[in-house]
Amino acid sequence: MTVRIQTADFDAGREIATLRKGDARVGAVAAFIGTVRDVNDAAHVSMLTLEHYPGMTEKALEAIVAEATSRFDILDALVIHRVGTLAPSDQIVLVAVTSGHRGEAFDACRFLMDYLKTRAPFWKKETTPEGARWVDARASDDEAAARWETPAAPR
Amino acid sequence: MPDSRSSADVTVNLVYLARLREAFGRPGEALTLPGGDASVAAVIALLCARGDPFAAELAAGRAVRIAVNHALVGADSVVRDGDEVALLPPVTGG
Repeated sequence: MTVRIQTADFDAGREIATLRKGDARVGAVAAFIGTVRDVNDAAHVSMLTLEHYPGMTEKALEAIVAEATSRFDILDALVIHRVGTLAPSDQIVLVAVTSGHRGEAFDACRFLMDYLKTRAPFWKKETTPEGARWVDARASDDEAAARWETPAAPR
Repeated sequence: MPDSRSSADVTVNLVYLARLREAFGRPGEALTLPGGDASVAAVIALLCARGDPFAAELAAGRAVRIAVNHALVGADSVVRDGDEVALLPPVTGG
């Protein structure tokens, strides 16, 4: 299980190859990449600055990965989240999960992203033609995370 | 309590993040809670008593979350001398 916070970009192919290397039990790899959109709430976004809370961020991500490991039958998981200044189309986050079978890999990957969105201390600030603004949290993100609280939640 | 300065006094290190850091115009500060009620709620109440921008940003319903020593806690959570108490706006990573 690996958690990294970095300013540098990542190579998803290389990261996934490393994640599953040497483990022939792996029959499924699910991965998610989040990227910077150039439009948010009807405004053009020219730049995105990502801030985090050093010290807590690592612990929060490790706790989320530990929770995924206890809930799903997965073999390994990787979370990379970038911080600093990003441009439209840049990669922000990579979540990758290995498992014996696809169902657990898909579910664990989605769970990791849903929990990361609502529990990991990252904040986005957008630069738009009207100036810089902090991105508002979305109720839909809370709802996505809350679905995992219900036993036998519909996926 | 042999000391005249109450040994029940608790000083915490506040950390303001993202929007709150900008609204308060500082990344954090030390805050001493008078002896007795050393809780997260007491920290918030003391800050709100300063008036705006603290009162406006920390008003009930503003969804600010609190982390003590890097772990999210509830308002009734106890704080101890030297704790790092961070005020977090709703997170927007991913």
